[in-house]
Amino acid sequence: MNEVCFKNLGKENPASFTTYEANGGYQVWRKILKGELTPDEIIVELKTSGLRGRGGAGFPTGLKWSFMPRNQEVQKYVVCNSDEGEPGTCHDRDILRYNPHSVIEGMAIAGFVMNATVGYNYIRGEFMEPYYRFEEALKDAYKAGLLGKTLQGSPISFDLYTHLGAGAYICGEETALLESLEGKKGQPRFKPPFPANVGLFGKPTTINNTETFASVPEILSRGGQWFADLGVENSGGTKCFSVTGSVKHPANFEVPMGTPFSKLLELAGGLKEGRTLKAVIPGGSSTPVLTAETAMNMTMDYDSIANAGSMLGAGSVIVMDDTTCMVKTLARLAHFYYDESCGQCTPCREGTGWLYRMLQRILDGNGKKEDLDLLLSVSEKIEGNTICALGDAAAAPVVSFINNFRDEFEYYIKNGKSIIEGEHNLIEEATSV
Amino acid sequence: MISNEAKKEIDIWVSKYPKGRESSAVMQALTIVQKENSGILNSDLIYAVADYLKMPAISVQEVATFYENYNHKPVGKHVVRFCHNISCMLNGSDDLISYLENKLEVKTGEVTKDGLVSVRKVECLGACVGGPMCQIGDQYYENLTTDKLDKILEELK
Repeated sequence: MNEVCFKNLGKENPASFTTYEANGGYQVWRKILKGELTPDEIIVELKTSGLRGRGGAGFPTGLKWSFMPRNQEVQKYVVCNSDEGEPGTCHDRDILRYNPHSVIEGMAIAGFVMNATVGYNYIRGEFMEPYYRFEEALKDAYKAGLLGKTLQGSPISFDLYTHLGAGAYICGEETALLESLEGKKGQPRFKPPFPANVGLFGKPTTINNTETFASVPEILSRGGQWFADLGVENSGGTKCFSVTGSVKHPANFEVPMGTPFSKLLELAGGLKEGRTLKAVIPGGSSTPVLTAETAMNMTMDYDSIANAGSMLGAGSVIVMDDTTCMVKTLARLAHFYYDESCGQCTPCREGTGWLYRMLQRILDGNGKKEDLDLLLSVSEKIEGNTICALGDAAAAPVVSFINNFRDEFEYYIKNGKSIIEGEHNLIEEATSV
Repeated sequence: MISNEAKKEIDIWVSKYPKGRESSAVMQALTIVQKENSGILNSDLIYAVADYLKMPAISVQEVATFYENYNHKPVGKHVVRFCHNISCMLNGSDDLISYLENKLEVKTGEVTKDGLVSVRKVECLGACVGGPMCQIGDQYYENLTTDKLDKILEELK
């Protein structure tokens, strides 16, 4: 456990330059500056490693980097997406707090591979502690001559800056992030053109997630094959999982891909006392919810979770027990997407409001029998009809919650209260008799 | 309108972006002037930022109204931003928010009579393993209980 991005956890001053260097940090970057590694060699290693974008989409990183027109003589950019905001997700925050240099080194390496001399790390506006840590790390890297112009006598230059957001979930979508970085509303762009051709300030840009960049130095120092072998087929390496909800010890764990869900649950101390497992969202609020039985049979990798009917997403495991009201939980998620829709595409802007208001109506005890089918129908009309994935993300929980726990929704509509409340009342009645 | 100190701070952000791309600094410029103005923006400040960054005022207005962290109505000296999203909810954030409302005699979105504190329900702040949690100023407070909240409130001056 904790072999790649979290490898400095538990050490004294894990975020410091000294700790990072003492544990093999910046060796790859120094090799590059000495001219001992070529961009092609790096791309081959990354492809071998099986590293896939850790932000949620899971696109192969080596392939993404190879798309950049590295020989085109224009300014190119590397951008890190540290706008972590998917409900249930908080491991990038810990990478920034405890291993910021791995992100810096990963971004610098990316800059070298793609011939980009400038990078930006977009950190969400609320992450002030991670921001200060990252800034501190940047200062140290500059002082050590590892960032800046014509580094260590080589022709290589890389300048890295942080950008702070100001509160918008949508800016985690890569093109919305670029808009935001340009000082605009964070509204996603049409694709194509893709950022590799027209990105930040209209220039070729590669965007990766914090965890992805943080994984790169360790992969290159220990070899792509080493990383691939940690995981399973199609899901190379390790992954950081945030395990939250009804568990005894919610925490972040970096474990090999393919780790059984049941093992992850155990690491988090298991369920709270006296509770039984009811449902699991495996990859963050935008991924479909699974029943306890399905979850207990899956392993934490792209294919197994897809076969179970959901997605690995950002690796944000939300655990729900027998006291969780699925109607209330879904209403809360629906409110989130309603609040965070950027308003650009009509199906999402209007649809998320409909979903939220209908669910709230059910919660208030005014639900109608036909509401469930209407919720599904609205979801279907949002899905696939928007510029970015937020629309799909808003629809996925609605569809999966209703399909997997329909009886709970029906009970709520019929009785004007939660089945959970009903059960508890029955227990109370039984004990009082 | 914008103090020299704030201008200096904004200039640091401007220097991070290519020449001619000063508008990239608008989000931080707004954050900085908002902080100087007791935590709220107004149209004079929006015009001033537009003028300083040589942007159309409407573009600054768009940014100022798109992002969550800009306030257009008075807020308390301290804003308690309480996460009510799924992971925090599963660990009792709703009860704690009600506790806070009762204790401070305000509803979420309101400011206490002495102007010291306002409470807001916000979406995921990305500290889910520490839920229930809230943010006050730059600081995150995690694994909250009513006792912890009492202590935190006592320290707010």
